[in-house]
Order: sequence, then structure tokens, then C-alpha cells
Amino acid sequence: MSAASGQAVISKAADPVREMVSRPHSENFIAWSAKRPEVLVLSADLTSSCEVGKWRDTYPDRFITAAMAEQNMLGVAGGLAREGFVPFIHTFAVFIYRRAYDQLAMSVAYPNLKVRLLGFLPGIVTPGGVTHQAIEDVAIMRATPNMTVLETGDATEVESMLDAMEQVDGPVYIRVLRGEVPRLFPANEPMRIGQSRLLNQGDDITVLTAGITTEEALRARHAFDRAGVGVSHVHVSTHKPFGDDIIEQALSNARYGIITMENHTIVGGLGSAVAEYMAERGIGRRLVRLGLRDTYAHGASKAHLMHEYGLDSAALISAVESLIGESLGVSEADLSSARTDAVHSEAKAEAL
Amino acid sequence: MSPTQQNQKGKPAKPRAKSGAAAKSVTTRQQIDAVERIEQIATGVRRRVFEHTLKHNGGYLSQALSASEIFAALYAGGMRLAPCKRPLKPGRFAGVPGTSNNYRSGDRFNGETAPGLDRFLFSPAHYALVLYATLIEVGRLQESALSEFNVDGSTLEMIGAEHSPGVATTTGSLAQALSQACGIALARKMRNEAGRTWVFMSDGEFQEGQTWEALAFAAFHGLSKLRAVVDANGQQCDGAMSSVGHIEPIIERIRSFGCDAVEVNGHDAGALKAALAEKSDKPYVVVARTDPAKGLEVMARRAPLLHYVRFTSDSERQDFEAAYQQMVGAS
Ligand SMILES: Cc1ncc(C[n+]2csc(CCOP(=O)(O)OP(=O)(O)O)c2C)c(N)n1
Repeated sequence: MSAASGQAVISKAADPVREMVSRPHSENFIAWSAKRPEVLVLSADLTSSCEVGKWRDTYPDRFITAAMAEQNMLGVAGGLAREGFVPFIHTFAVFIYRRAYDQLAMSVAYPNLKVRLLGFLPGIVTPGGVTHQAIEDVAIMRATPNMTVLETGDATEVESMLDAMEQVDGPVYIRVLRGEVPRLFPANEPMRIGQSRLLNQGDDITVLTAGITTEEALRARHAFDRAGVGVSHVHVSTHKPFGDDIIEQALSNARYGIITMENHTIVGGLGSAVAEYMAERGIGRRLVRLGLRDTYAHGASKAHLMHEYGLDSAALISAVESLIGESLGVSEADLSSARTDAVHSEAKAEAL
Repeated sequence: MSPTQQNQKGKPAKPRAKSGAAAKSVTTRQQIDAVERIEQIATGVRRRVFEHTLKHNGGYLSQALSASEIFAALYAGGMRLAPCKRPLKPGRFAGVPGTSNNYRSGDRFNGETAPGLDRFLFSPAHYALVLYATLIEVGRLQESALSEFNVDGSTLEMIGAEHSPGVATTTGSLAQALSQACGIALARKMRNEAGRTWVFMSDGEFQEGQTWEALAFAAFHGLSKLRAVVDANGQQCDGAMSSVGHIEPIIERIRSFGCDAVEVNGHDAGALKAALAEKSDKPYVVVARTDPAKGLEVMARRAPLLHYVRFTSDSERQDFEAAYQQMVGAS
């Protein structure tokens, strides 16, 4: 958040994670919807997987089953929005932007309708494999005119995304975390559209993260301190419209260069947004984009995939080393321990 | 009997009967054997999937309960596939198509392709464990491979992709295989190939518009060698299909699109075998009516949420354990 003086204020992110929140969307959305009769839920047979099973039971008249027919569901959402309802589509992200893209573009985005597209299972968080991993959604949604594109990185953001989206009089796509979600940001510091969070300040390197990569980058924080490398860490929750004072300052001050970490292909997502932003402002620094290197992934655990595709804190350390041109002498032990989720944890939704 | 048929230990099936005076009765005997064989495979598939569900505290179990006879009937002669000389080793994940020279298709578990032989497309990829277990039962996949199921770096993914054993197309995003099968069947028709193209489908896929586009295409282009078998278990993620979205009357709907459709009890091995063997000059759909809790009373208690099993309490787990012991004891 920018203070009046223009000096960036560092927001305190929890490291290590002190609190895990179980199914943060579930109860929160029920409470939020109580006084908003215009809010509807549309589901394509993934109701409990998207944490709206209890919502359905609470507001059965406002829950619309679209069956497993996502293209039609996007069109129906457009029609409902034209009539003044605010449809909240709940399904896995891939089935929104891959399966039903033309309907999304022409029946929702072009007429600039207030439809909320809640995309679950962003990137490689799921062992469901290539068909369930939304790895190019941010790119495609960024390229879609009228679309606002958001991403949640912790429980606080999942809880505050509804208020944030409410400000937007048009379609919003948001990557939503589910199940056991860490709380990284204080509950009283909600997500705000167009406002990133400065989690650490330093003059050597700037790291920009979004979604699950923020927690991963925080693991390396103490290692950087110990090695004496000054790192500015910016957490981004608004992919589009992109850019604010915190981002501009952090990009301008990075002596050695900039690193982006995205749970996404490096084509068209956060790394690309940063590159465009830098080029347009003449910020001449090196940029390292960590993410899937123009490849589809496969089904395996999140920890395995983050390691395989160079999205973990060890990959971040290597990227820093390559920018400053020397080894930091960091070992695995210097990184805060990673959380691993049990595949069958209680908080996990019914199916995948 | 199909040339692919092999028993659990990978030994080739009994040789075909010689022609001659005894031929008729031998054939009858063979038919009984073939039905028993389907039942035997199905029992093995259920047992393996159940075992895994217990071991991993969850899984896609109802799919095995409903579809074991269907897979067994397809692989035990319903489809004409070349044999695998021995049960194959799956190999680790070696990259995706296009980016890796080491990429290998999971279709090799269905044997060498040939113009006169059939092809198999596996559509609802979350049935993967049922397919892997079937491949083991018919001697196409090494038994030890199942220990790699859903393990990091394995090709035996929970939701199979086209590097997974027995999988030729990547169709975990449902209702995409039938269209690809149309393309394959059309290509084969243009080359005058005698082999047929089979698709295994779930009933949920009939909620997707694409399925109906594919049926319309198949009928329009006269793809008489296209054959689909549907596990009509009447359930989906949110519960009973009748509570989520109608697909009935499915037989009439399919027929009205210009395709042939027959209904069969999907747990009756003999009836399934006969339905798969039925001739048709149109795209042909076998709708196999099945029970997603077949043979497992503890499962039926979870209705209507049967899609994915995760034990909600220790006592439920124990009930399933007991049912498993009973199943193993009985078979
Ligand atoms: C296009 C698409 N939408 C949604 C899903 C998520 N999903 C997986 S299985 C399933 C439905 C299950 O019904 P069915 O296909 O009949 O399978 P069964 O319940 O018998 O396992 C859904 C909605 C998907 N895989 N693909």
C-alpha cells in the first residue's frame, strides 16, 4: 500500500505460515450472499469441489445446476446478467476458459456483463494432470477485452475477493484457492483491485509473485537476509489492469534485475505483464521469468511439479544467483520448510 | 475369442477349437468360457481398484463397481486388438507430446495397430484405474505397475493422459474422445479399413453438447464402424444424474440423431458380449445400465454421493475393509 508520502509501506506476511484456513470460500460466501439476492451460483457438476455445496443447501433457489455443459452455462450466465442478476460461475478454471471460450468472449465479455468467473485449480496445484491444470488462463483472460483478471494467494484474499470484485461493473475472472489454504496476509488487510502488496524491501533484486508462488518465495526470505542480498518482494493479485506505484517503484529500484514467479506458462502471464510494463516505462533491467517454459505439465503432486518446473524457492535462489553473478551458498536447510498437503486431507473437496 | 486374450499370468488363451464334428458343442463350450472369462476379469478389476481405494484412503471406486464388466467384455474379445507379447512395463513420465523425444503413447498397451484391427479410445479419464486394472487382468500391463498409480513421476496418473497405459487420447476434459474417434473412423473409412473404432464413455458425457455434435457428425458421414459403449451408472459428481441434468431417454435421443443404440444390463457378461458383437450399419452405441455400488452394500449407503470415495470416519473405513475381506474371500 502506498502511504501519503509516496513511500511504500511493507505489509507483514506470515513466515512461516502460522494459520491454515480450511475451505475459506465456503462459509464466507454464504455470509456475503445473505443480503445480496441478485447473487446466483451456476455450477457444472463440481459443486462441492468448488466449495459451494453448503451454499447450495443454504440458498437452493439461487443455485442453478447447469449440468456438465460449460459452454451453455456461460451463455446462460450472460442471459441472467442481462436481466440484472450477478451469476457466480463455479467450476475448475480449465472448463471456463478452455471449454467455453467463444461463449465467454461473445456472450459475457463483449457485452461487458457482470459475471463472476471463479476458476478453481489454477496452474499445477492439482494432480489431475494436463486436462485439469489451468496453465494459460491468465494469458488468455488478459487478452480478453473488458475482462478484469485476479488471483488469490492466501485465505485473506479468498475471503476478501468478493468485496473486491463487487467494485467491477463488468466480467471478472479470478483464480481461487480451495481446501487447506494458508493465511499469509493479516485478515484486516483485504485484497484490493489494482493494489499489490510489498512484502519485503531491498535494492538488489525485485521478485514479483502471485497465487501460490508468494508462499514459495517467502520460504527464501531468510536465506536472502543471511546472504546479504536486498530483495524487494511484491505480491500481485491483479493481473489486469496491471501496475501500481508499488510495482513501478520496485521495478525501478532493482539494481541487478527482476524475477517473476508464476504458477502458469511464462508466455502471457505475470512475467509478460511485467515485461510490457517495464518496456513501456523504459525500465532497462534484466528479467527472469520462472514458470512453465512453454510446456504442458502432467499429473503429480504440487510439490513435485513445482520442483520439476522450476517454480520452487530453490529455483528462485538460482535465479537470484544468475542475476547477481555469484553463489549465495544457500542449502535446502536455509529455506523455511515447505508445507505438504495430504492428497486426501479432510478439507479437500469431494472429488479432485 | 479374441487373439488378445491372455490370462492373469500373461499366458496365452486356449487355442481356438478345430473344425469338425465336435465344432458345434465346442463353440458353445467356448462361449460359456468366454462369459466366465469376462466375469473373472471383472472380479479381478473390482478387487484391485477396491484394494487401492483402501490403501490410499480414497479413490474412484464406484467407476470400477459399475464398469468392470464393460472393460472386461471389451478387452476379452469385444474388441479385436493385437496381443501384447507380454505384460508391458509402463515407464516413467518422459515429457509431453511435442517437447520430448522420449514421449511414448499409452496406446501401445492396446497392441500394434493394423487396418483390420480395432482401435480403442478411452474417454472419461477419471476411470483410469479401472483401465489399468483391466490391462493387468488381460496380461497387457505388468502387475507391479499398479504400485506406481498416482505416484509422482509415474505415467499411471489418477486421471490418465495419452502417455498412460491404454490411453490413446487425452480426454480428462470430458466428452472429447467421441469427436476424435469420429476423425479416426473417418480416416479409416477413407482408407477402406475393416477395423472398428471403439470409445468407452460415461453417461455424464451426454450432458456436453459436443457428444451430440459428434453423434450428428458420425451419422451424417455414415461412420458405421464407430462404436461407443456407455457406462450408464446414473451418477455424477453432484449426485444422481437425475438431480443435476437429464439425459433420458438416452436410447431414443441417440436414435433420433441417426445412430443405432441398444440397451443392455452392464453387469450381465453374456448380454454385454452379445451387444458388443451385434452388427450395425450405423454408428452404434451400447448403453450399459449399471449400478455404481454394484456388489458393495457399504458403497450404496453413501448414495447419492458416489463419484469419489473418501472415508469420512474410521468406522466407515472399517466397514469398507470388512467388505473388501468378504469380496476377496468370495472370489
Ligand atoms: C468438460 C469437463 N467438465 C467437468 C469435468 C469434471 N468432472 C469430472 S467427472 C465429472 C462427471 C462425472 O459424471 P460421469 O462422467 O458420468 O462419471 P461418473 O460419475 O460415472 O464417474 C465431472 C463433472 C470434466 N472432467 N470435464
